[in-house]
Amino acid sequence: MAAVSLDHVLALAAVLFAVGFVGLLTRRNLIVVLACIEIMLNAAGLAFVAAGARWGQADGQVMFLFVLAMAAAEVAVGLALAIRFRQAMKSLDVDDADRLRG
Amino acid sequence: MTVLFYIAAAVAVLATLLVVTRRNLVHALLYLVVSLFAVAVVFYTLGAPFVAALEVIVYAGAIMMLFVFAVMLLNLSADSPPRVPWTAWVGPGILVAVLLAEVVYGLTLGPRSPGGSAVGPAAVSEALYGPYVLGVELASMLLLAALIGARHLAARTRDEEDDV
Repeated sequence: MAAVSLDHVLALAAVLFAVGFVGLLTRRNLIVVLACIEIMLNAAGLAFVAAGARWGQADGQVMFLFVLAMAAAEVAVGLALAIRFRQAMKSLDVDDADRLRG
Repeated sequence: MTVLFYIAAAVAVLATLLVVTRRNLVHALLYLVVSLFAVAVVFYTLGAPFVAALEVIVYAGAIMMLFVFAVMLLNLSADSPPRVPWTAWVGPGILVAVLLAEVVYGLTLGPRSPGGSAVGPAAVSEALYGPYVLGVELASMLLLAALIGARHLAARTRDEEDDV
């Protein structure tokens, strides 16, 4: 059967990771920054699943489940921090966080 | 199956680019949902149907719900229009329609993987609760810590408002 090349799946994961990384560096809205981190974690999980599917093993999917749990924990704390940030700084611009300096 | 993968991959890259480039926060979140759906279809074409379902339930469902709740709690009415215009739904709608057509077609073929047959939920569960059971315990502790941490961070605001 015509199979999807592992290289192409890894290339897709790399592209998604790169796009998320560029967004992380260029966007200043805190919510969008958190969304870009989600994109990057998702791309890393895609690489795990692709490697697991290549050799027909379940380990890649298990690792994706751990990435999933970690992403859920990260976004819960991150959004709570975003709410605090908004109340403290009256904005969502990450550049305003330089007011934290003593 | 190969063609389905490339179409879903193109949708994923396109939607992710739009997440990064949209100025409007709600529009970016809409495209993020599309991006996660596209990656779920990619998982299905790779022969990982269990992970594809979890991607939709946890990522596109639970995590995106957290994002939407945060946007509502933050009350961003000054930064974005109070009501999303219907034109905002056209782009995500077209991309999701492509994915839906793919899923309907893919279900007729059954899940396959590049290495041969698909790795189903039973194999994943045996690995998860066999050699990886310690990781499951650690993940549960991490989620509990995140639950308490998020509650602590968000609840402090009320105390401070009382103090002020």
